[in-house]
Amino acid sequence: MSSVAVSKKKGFGAVLWDYLTTVDHKKLGVMYLFAGVLFFAIAGFEALLMRIQLMVPNNDFISAGLFNELLTMHGTTMLFLAATPLLFGFMNAIVPLQIGARDVAFPFLNSLGFWLFFLGALFLHLSFFMGGAPDAGWTSYASLSLYSPGHGIDFYVLGLQISGAGTLISGINFIVTIITMRAPGMTFMRMPLFTWTTLISSSLILFAFPPLTVGLFFMLVDRMFGANFFDHTMGGNTIIWEHLFWIFGHPEVYILVLPAFGLFSEIIPVFARKRLFGYSSMVFATILIGFLGFMVWAHHMFTVGMGPTANAIFAIATMAIAVPTGMKVFNWILTIWGGSIKVTVPMIYALGFIPSFVAGGVTGVMMATAPLDYQLHDSYFIVAHFHYVIVGGIVTAIFASMHYYWPIMFNRTLNEKLGFVTFWVFFIGFHLTFFLQHFLGLMGMPRRVFTFQADQGWDLFNYISSIGAIMMAIGVVLLVINVLLSVKTPPVNRRDYWGDGRSLEWSIQLPVPFYNFKQTPLVRGFDPCWLEKQEGNKEMMTYAEPLGDIHMPNNSILPLIMSIGLFIAAFGALYHPDGVSWSVPVIVIGLGITVLAMITRSVKDDHGFHVHVEEVIATEEHLYGKGGNK
Amino acid sequence: MEETKFTPQTWPNHAEQATAEGKNKFVGIWIFICSDIVLFASVFATYLSLRNQGPAGMEFSTQSLFELPLAFVMTMLLLTSSLTSVYAMYHMKNYNAKGVITWMAITVLLGLGFLGLEIYEFRHYVHIGFGYTQSAFSSAFFTLVGTHGLHVIIGLVWITCLIFRNAKRGLSLYNAPKFYAASIYWHFIDVVWVFIFTVVYLMGVLG
Repeated sequence: MSSVAVSKKKGFGAVLWDYLTTVDHKKLGVMYLFAGVLFFAIAGFEALLMRIQLMVPNNDFISAGLFNELLTMHGTTMLFLAATPLLFGFMNAIVPLQIGARDVAFPFLNSLGFWLFFLGALFLHLSFFMGGAPDAGWTSYASLSLYSPGHGIDFYVLGLQISGAGTLISGINFIVTIITMRAPGMTFMRMPLFTWTTLISSSLILFAFPPLTVGLFFMLVDRMFGANFFDHTMGGNTIIWEHLFWIFGHPEVYILVLPAFGLFSEIIPVFARKRLFGYSSMVFATILIGFLGFMVWAHHMFTVGMGPTANAIFAIATMAIAVPTGMKVFNWILTIWGGSIKVTVPMIYALGFIPSFVAGGVTGVMMATAPLDYQLHDSYFIVAHFHYVIVGGIVTAIFASMHYYWPIMFNRTLNEKLGFVTFWVFFIGFHLTFFLQHFLGLMGMPRRVFTFQADQGWDLFNYISSIGAIMMAIGVVLLVINVLLSVKTPPVNRRDYWGDGRSLEWSIQLPVPFYNFKQTPLVRGFDPCWLEKQEGNKEMMTYAEPLGDIHMPNNSILPLIMSIGLFIAAFGALYHPDGVSWSVPVIVIGLGITVLAMITRSVKDDHGFHVHVEEVIATEEHLYGKGGNK
Repeated sequence: MEETKFTPQTWPNHAEQATAEGKNKFVGIWIFICSDIVLFASVFATYLSLRNQGPAGMEFSTQSLFELPLAFVMTMLLLTSSLTSVYAMYHMKNYNAKGVITWMAITVLLGLGFLGLEIYEFRHYVHIGFGYTQSAFSSAFFTLVGTHGLHVIIGLVWITCLIFRNAKRGLSLYNAPKFYAASIYWHFIDVVWVFIFTVVYLMGVLG
């Protein structure tokens, strides 16, 4: 238990146990971050292999089958297992600090969400070593995946089922946290934009993941237990998968991009040294994007043959999303306008993000035009479009926020100079890779092909595109080097690292103690840290309560055990169609472990523990020296 | 943490929300139900598009398969169990621990009765050849009704755990939100069944 005020140097075993059982949102945030970086690196490596294959025509660097596996795993991993956990990392680490909470609403579920995600991701990646990865694309359309031989698709279905449950649990947790755990005075319309976008994106998770769960379940029972949802000879219909997948899949894009918007809405006002322009319209636009995000899924299916009426409705709804997004872009520009701009690493990512993301958005509106989409469908134009949105929007936000929030998360700093070099290498590489792919698409190059014939006018652009991909890889390596170097930097040990912090998290003296706030803060207005600084408050915080005992949740190993139970059961299900005798017992044992852990959780009281005032004072003295947090 | 002893006079009006944890649980169960609604909506939509769909010349249809009397009895059992869980919550408001346990136990018994009939019904269908793998219709039917049945089982295990854990130790601000959340969940299962009765059985038999 972490209530020991003056912590002694702990052994490796104790530290490991601490991380396996922790329910602290800051530690879980760090774990999400590193798990996300790991899978980001794996998926990036897969992309690099594909770009090397496509560098020259008629290449035989990798085979067609392996190419299908790589493109499937690249897409699946990047969306589910890299971007999502990286953003969850920041949400976990920052949102409770932004709203003045000591932890999330359900710390136990927070830990469960992480372990489900991680073991699901691990399960999916075991496919590489156990007979081949999934090979039907990240969308895994039933007409392709239903009869895909081997166990690849089964790994996809079961792995995503487990990690999707984790994501849903975390989403519920964030919603409840933001509704109930806000400090006194932190009204909804004083919440920082990152908290707002976390709330909306968690609501999207809430409504988008159940259809995925259902779709994956249909696929699971169709492939492993002989059901007939997608088999048309038995009355099934493969289009059901496409609908369920995209009812999830389109909101998924907003689930990822809204927090990215939120992160940039935090970064831009700080380094423009100006209040965020149009705060309420930003909130409104966030909600509107979240709402409209559920009305547009069928624009991925224009060519399926739903008929002109359905296509027209979905085309118009899709175009309508450009309106709130445009509001946001103008608000960012008007925040920068007339500001006293300080170009730091997070800020230069933000400045690079705006034009890149606008480019991705504009091609999105082009594709929303259903007749044009018939031309562009399944071409490299699509690939260029969504990489502009995802890399230009989400990945730049993640890189920017790593620099921006590193001091709060680790009490260390990332190197600025190396950061700038990383930005330029990555940014130029990104545009080299994907800008030309628009034209490749317009010239007719289809996506998801493992090679192409020479002399169709595609050779040069593909070559340049691959060079760009190598530059992006170098950029990522530089970022990892920066992270490793940060271990050696001196601790920050002060408030408001950037000097112009506006929201509550910057008011906290670093390193952040495990209880976050020794006294619950009183929020007296929008941008509380800025407000208190303006009034000359050296502590940058007004308190809502006197110094007293602090109630904290207990650590628990049960989330890990529950997740391991499902992990074991998944192997039983995976080998069920092979007719092995042990498959059903393994399913029963795995589910039994999970259920027993749940029952244990249910009947065993967990009241948490109290940190007494003396311990709080001792902790503060240990962290900040004599006199404590002054 | 020592638990405060209450009397019916000092017992707070909304005991389930009297603590921060209780409030979190209260909001949390409602948010969870929102996502569960979408889950059922997806399965309902699939069922509606696949019902009566099967291999060429399939002999089974909703008209030939479903029987309203059995579905009616199951509906009444579940609706009554919802009512008894309301009684339990009524006794919780009055700080009557024995009343809570008794009525929750009756809720579990009614739920078990429902589950027994559902198992009987499923066995009957399998017996006449309408198994899970028979057609798209059968897969969709068993998945929809079975998903509801799984929710019933989870609810029964949950409430049973609560009863055994709290049978001897009275009500507190720690266990009141747990009972409350379980009863909200139980109502939700009941509402879903009303839709299943309408969409699957009523619309299936009558047209």
